[in-house]
Amino acid sequence: MSVSIGLDTDSIAGWMEQTSGILVQRCYQCGKCSAGCPAANEMDFTPSVLLHLLQTQRNAADKKVLSSYTIWLCLSCQTCVTRCPMEVDLPKVMDLLRAEALKRRTVHPRAKEIIAFHTSFLNTIKRFGRLWEVGLVGEYKLRTRHWLQDVLLSPSMFLKGKLSLLPHRIKGKDEVKSIFIQVRSEKENAP
Amino acid sequence: MKLGFYPGCSLEGSSREYAESIRAIAPFIGLELEEVENWNCCGSSSAHAMDHTLSLALPARVLAQAEKQGLHDVVVPCAACYNRLASTQHELNEDRKTKEAVVSAIKMPYAGTTVVQNILDVLEQSLTPQVTANFPATFPYKIVCYYGCLLVRPPKILKSVRYEDPQQMDNLMRQIGATPLNWGMKTECCGAGLTMTRTDIVANLCGTILEDAAERGAEAIIVACPMCHSNLDMRRKDTERITGKKFTIPVLYITQAIGLALGLSPKQLGLQRHFVNVALQGKMKFQKNVPVGATAAGA
Repeated sequence: MSVSIGLDTDSIAGWMEQTSGILVQRCYQCGKCSAGCPAANEMDFTPSVLLHLLQTQRNAADKKVLSSYTIWLCLSCQTCVTRCPMEVDLPKVMDLLRAEALKRRTVHPRAKEIIAFHTSFLNTIKRFGRLWEVGLVGEYKLRTRHWLQDVLLSPSMFLKGKLSLLPHRIKGKDEVKSIFIQVRSEKENAP
Repeated sequence: MKLGFYPGCSLEGSSREYAESIRAIAPFIGLELEEVENWNCCGSSSAHAMDHTLSLALPARVLAQAEKQGLHDVVVPCAACYNRLASTQHELNEDRKTKEAVVSAIKMPYAGTTVVQNILDVLEQSLTPQVTANFPATFPYKIVCYYGCLLVRPPKILKSVRYEDPQQMDNLMRQIGATPLNWGMKTECCGAGLTMTRTDIVANLCGTILEDAAERGAEAIIVACPMCHSNLDMRRKDTERITGKKFTIPVLYITQAIGLALGLSPKQLGLQRHFVNVALQGKMKFQKNVPVGATAAGA
């Protein structure tokens, strides 16, 4: 099946156009996004190459994108979309690709720390309504086994009054928890 | 001016001094802050890295709380929270279907009418020349203003002007007697949320920023974002270790610089919480016959 502009809906490009209105075909490879990207030299391929891969609508190219390290290194600094002459919303593309990579379980092995960080971050919010830095760091270390990371930083942060040993529990923390549950159940019920 | 106030998590933890300096200067510049009750985390970069609907629902609850409290304008000093709140409001106004899903997730009425303001907008309105003329001191230093990403981008949503070379902070600093220098890293990214997971990337990005600031002869870097501050200040040792360079330049929140010009003590402004020593006060000149904090009476 194909949509009006000739995109294959089975491809990532077609799926994105249908669900979010983002048209990766607009990119004409000027390369401004890659030139301004602060993380480009650490990526397995740059943002403009990522768009090119999606434009081919080939299954193998889609797989390569979804299992890339690139999508996890994007800092959402918004430099690319700010400068893009065709207004392709690359940070949003990256958001959608990360969610899809999680869903299809095609996460790049090097991204496991980054995911552990985000998961630990969101878990403290789900539990307490607000971020609790000690809980975040603790869970992150449990997940990654990087026991010694920042061991020198945390005591000085504590001495400077930047870390609180106990979480701040807000009155509406159950409401926040229910947002997490609601969002998840909506996703599971989606067609 | 009475304003709603959404501090966000950083301002209660690793960036406490930002909140302390805002609360310290507020009465002197005519700001009355009312905190949004029972506010929750905006989800920051983690929520939108993992789940788009969640990244909208968390800020939407904050906005709904503000509406419930009757707060029309809300100042959001953290650049990351500001960006999330403004982007959420924009997306929910544009897309009715998404709005319905989000409203049903937060189970609260949401009109989307709150005016979300960043700290620079608020300071611009309250630091009129008449107000700064009464300041007991100036901030007589050569500085560079570091805006980072989230205060200016994406310009379409945030309505920012001159987003590759913003002037707002430079103008405010000039008004309290500083000399803002031209430099190349105003809106470059500091590495933000990769601080724990890829400290090497953050260190290299921060190294470039610090190097440019130092080479131009700046005596301080002025910021308005907790993540920029953490990466440039708290991560300084890592930056030095990874880049093999030494940097002594201190990093101040704009509200701390304003506080010093108001004659407030470094402790009131939380300068002792910084990792990089701020040894600036020596050069500060106080006008004769103006007692410290004299403008308080006029506010």
